[in-house]
Amino acid sequence: MTLPGDWEMVVGLEVHTELKTATKMFCGCANHFGSEPNTNICPVCLGLPGSLPVLNEHAIDLAMAIGIALHSTIASSTFHRKNYFYPDMPKDFQISQYDLPINSGGYLDLPDGSRVSIERAHLEEDTGKSTHLGGTGRIHGADRSLVDYNRSGVPLVEIVSGPDIRSSAQARVYASELRGILIATGASDGRMEEGSMRIDANVSVRKPDAPFGTRCEIKNLNSLRSLLRAIDFEALRQVELIEDGGTVRQETRHWDENLGATSTMRVKEEAEDYRYFREPDLVDLDPDQAWQERIRASLPPMPAERRAKLKARLVDPAQAQLDAVEVVIDLGLDPFVNAAIDAGADPALAVARAANELAAGIDDIKYLTNDAFSTTLLMEQRGELSSTQAKTVLGELLASGGDPKSIAATRGFEQLSSDSLGATVASLIEANPDEWARYREGDEKLAQFFIGQVMKLTKGQANGKAVIAELQARR
Amino acid sequence: MKTALDTAQDVQSQVSSATAELETSLAAIRARNEELNVFLYVDEEGARATAASLDRRVADGENVGPLAGVPVAIKDNMCQKGIPTTCASRILEGWRPPYNATVIDRLLAAGAVPVGKTNLDEFAMGSSTETSAFGPTRNPLDPSRVPGGSSGGSAAAVAADMTSLALGSDTGGSIRQPAALCGLIGVKPSYGLVSRYGLIAFASSLDQIGPFAKNVTDAAMLLEAIAGHDPMDSTSLPEPSPTLVAHVNDGVAGKRIALVRELVDGADEDVVNSVNRAVEALKDAGATIVELSIPEFRLGLSAYYLIAPAEASSNLARYDGVRYGLRVDADDVTAMNEATRTAGFGAEVKRRIMLGTYALSAGYFDAYYGQALKVRTQMIDAFRRAYQQADLLIGATTPSVAFALGSKTSDPMAMYLSDVFTIPTNLAGEAAVSVPFGTGEAGLPVGVQLLGPGRSEAQLFAAARVLEIAEGRS
Repeated sequence: MTLPGDWEMVVGLEVHTELKTATKMFCGCANHFGSEPNTNICPVCLGLPGSLPVLNEHAIDLAMAIGIALHSTIASSTFHRKNYFYPDMPKDFQISQYDLPINSGGYLDLPDGSRVSIERAHLEEDTGKSTHLGGTGRIHGADRSLVDYNRSGVPLVEIVSGPDIRSSAQARVYASELRGILIATGASDGRMEEGSMRIDANVSVRKPDAPFGTRCEIKNLNSLRSLLRAIDFEALRQVELIEDGGTVRQETRHWDENLGATSTMRVKEEAEDYRYFREPDLVDLDPDQAWQERIRASLPPMPAERRAKLKARLVDPAQAQLDAVEVVIDLGLDPFVNAAIDAGADPALAVARAANELAAGIDDIKYLTNDAFSTTLLMEQRGELSSTQAKTVLGELLASGGDPKSIAATRGFEQLSSDSLGATVASLIEANPDEWARYREGDEKLAQFFIGQVMKLTKGQANGKAVIAELQARR
Repeated sequence: MKTALDTAQDVQSQVSSATAELETSLAAIRARNEELNVFLYVDEEGARATAASLDRRVADGENVGPLAGVPVAIKDNMCQKGIPTTCASRILEGWRPPYNATVIDRLLAAGAVPVGKTNLDEFAMGSSTETSAFGPTRNPLDPSRVPGGSSGGSAAAVAADMTSLALGSDTGGSIRQPAALCGLIGVKPSYGLVSRYGLIAFASSLDQIGPFAKNVTDAAMLLEAIAGHDPMDSTSLPEPSPTLVAHVNDGVAGKRIALVRELVDGADEDVVNSVNRAVEALKDAGATIVELSIPEFRLGLSAYYLIAPAEASSNLARYDGVRYGLRVDADDVTAMNEATRTAGFGAEVKRRIMLGTYALSAGYFDAYYGQALKVRTQMIDAFRRAYQQADLLIGATTPSVAFALGSKTSDPMAMYLSDVFTIPTNLAGEAAVSVPFGTGEAGLPVGVQLLGPGRSEAQLFAAARVLEIAEGRS
């Protein structure tokens, strides 16, 4: 979307990501999404009287990994208490980093060549989760509220970008690239639908080169689609408001996915005074150089590097292939593709199969091995499988794993190769002498006739290229 | 009453039994608890089971630990699994913690028998045990007077011979001041020496658990049993528990001990006399005495009454009626929070929550909380300079002997001043001991305070032991 006239939007994002630690930030409870409510809890994450927090070292590892990937400066940092009352926050304060975050500064380069600055990426704890039943469905005016503290104390990193983003599309690419980095570092599973990555967007509008306008913060955007729509709606709302002679009020706004609109949550004057002060129950966090280097050395290549590497393996790629590479990198499928190319698969075929078939089955990807993917592609290239058959084999590999050759054999795909296909072709030549003669005289259109006949007999299981090869061998 | 050391030896050698020692303790509690209001809860059943188990293990030839069969009173701000824990507040009425504080686990591991939970000023906020929601505790030495506070119940339990040992907590003097008023040894250990896990927080950066006992050796035994690194407390010192009992007779020969002017200025004459006599006793034992002025000590009270309430305002936020303790129903959650806290907290707790909230608020933070932190840094520096000139410091624990019930309840500032000599140690995170030395008005005991740098407990006990011997209590 473009804004009317010469209006420009200015966007900064705050991305909250749950860290993929085995246990919570300050206690030994499992950090696990989807357990029965209030089963992963203990005195510490329930904030019971007398309990004390002890920082999870793995959370520090992952926070530093994020910082290193974003080119941040890692420094000695401290924890503060952010004080406010809310029933899903068991201590009625949140332990967070404030003036001294673990990661300061940095940047993220986007695939389009633009750079978004990073202000900070700090550690904090997540709250529990409230469900408001009946009445308004919000905390005030519901009939009753249930609280699940399983999420209470799950480690979070909040990544705050500079106000460098100029379109909703760029915001989406930023979020997507950041998600790829979080997955690559192992810091997060990036599952927005499970709330393990949540985004707040600060949006303002201005005329070119004018100072920044008053911003509004849209809270809790839970998908890339919501992010895109909410930013567009909000920027347009602000432009229309200003053009109608109004002024934008600094406020926090709520995005309603069904209405496709933002609405006021609270205005700046109602903003809470969080009375931040140093958390006296924790000591300073000061990871030494050796610790930082250990994390740096353990980091795998980031999406940008992997993207460039994979593009370089394609020969003279078309735009569709480049788009397929984006999908492959976004979904982290490039290890499969690279392994297949290394094993001799056609790079274009490998990228296409990953961007389509693997992407469609991404939820079950855990069953698939590099070997199985490579073998399937090589069988397809050698004509042992038709493209339809290859897709079927990949589907089964995703659904339940296994070995491509035995899957092909079980489904009776394999006998269509070599001998059996040769026999089929030979019998068709015998049964259609006129067509065969015309083909031998150079009428290439007749190849299609024979392929069609083979397909009919084999119920579409044959490989077209293999049929042509059989025909040419007999010409 | 038998010392803890003798009790442990008798139980381990089967001269006595944990069960017999416990019954003696329970009988003493029954005899005077109604009059003095010392225990808020006596865990007769649990204590009997613990004692019986110890007796079986001793009979089996097992060494059950240095505190074998010694009954111990626990201030009711430490969590004990399944035992009502109230902080002497209505807001926690009915709550039973599902876990043990680290000190409870360590007591049990040392063979001690926790007998029950003692009264305190609500959330340890007070100096007389009069702010308890369950009525004041009376001083066993003169029931018309206060036992001090906030650990007044624990002090009274030992003073009334209900137990030979008790645990208290000291945020600004809450062990040393009642120890002084009840004629006991009271120890505020170095910050981080004893785990705070399971101690219900008042002011986290100042709170520290410590022992009450009638003699130095017993106090050292108890501290040895509960001290040492705890992975559940991030502020816990990294070392294991120090060796203390073996050093109680090390004496003070060759030590430099400084009498600090600010730790006697404003004290009653009989208190000052006791301090002077204690100084003479230490000199007689071979210590070199110097005199020092540490003007920063005068700023301690003001800084403390910003820092402690600020932390408390945050620590006490969780008592919101949502999960445990009192809930007063109302139309919505905010109204429920307000109604619960209005009904559940007493006046002194509310006063400190208000003070602390104000001190941390935007626009006031720098002038109040921020300024107090600067004073705290100055205090730490002042102590460091003092310890370049002396090994230990000496002064009074409190300005006066035990005062009459109700005499200061209407004047918070007068009450706060009872902690003027004890607060500097908490702000600096260092160690101090109160030792009974001489008597004052109405023959009531006077407490002399010995102060040392962090982890100087062994030296402090040795000096305290010199005073104990000088008083003829060997």
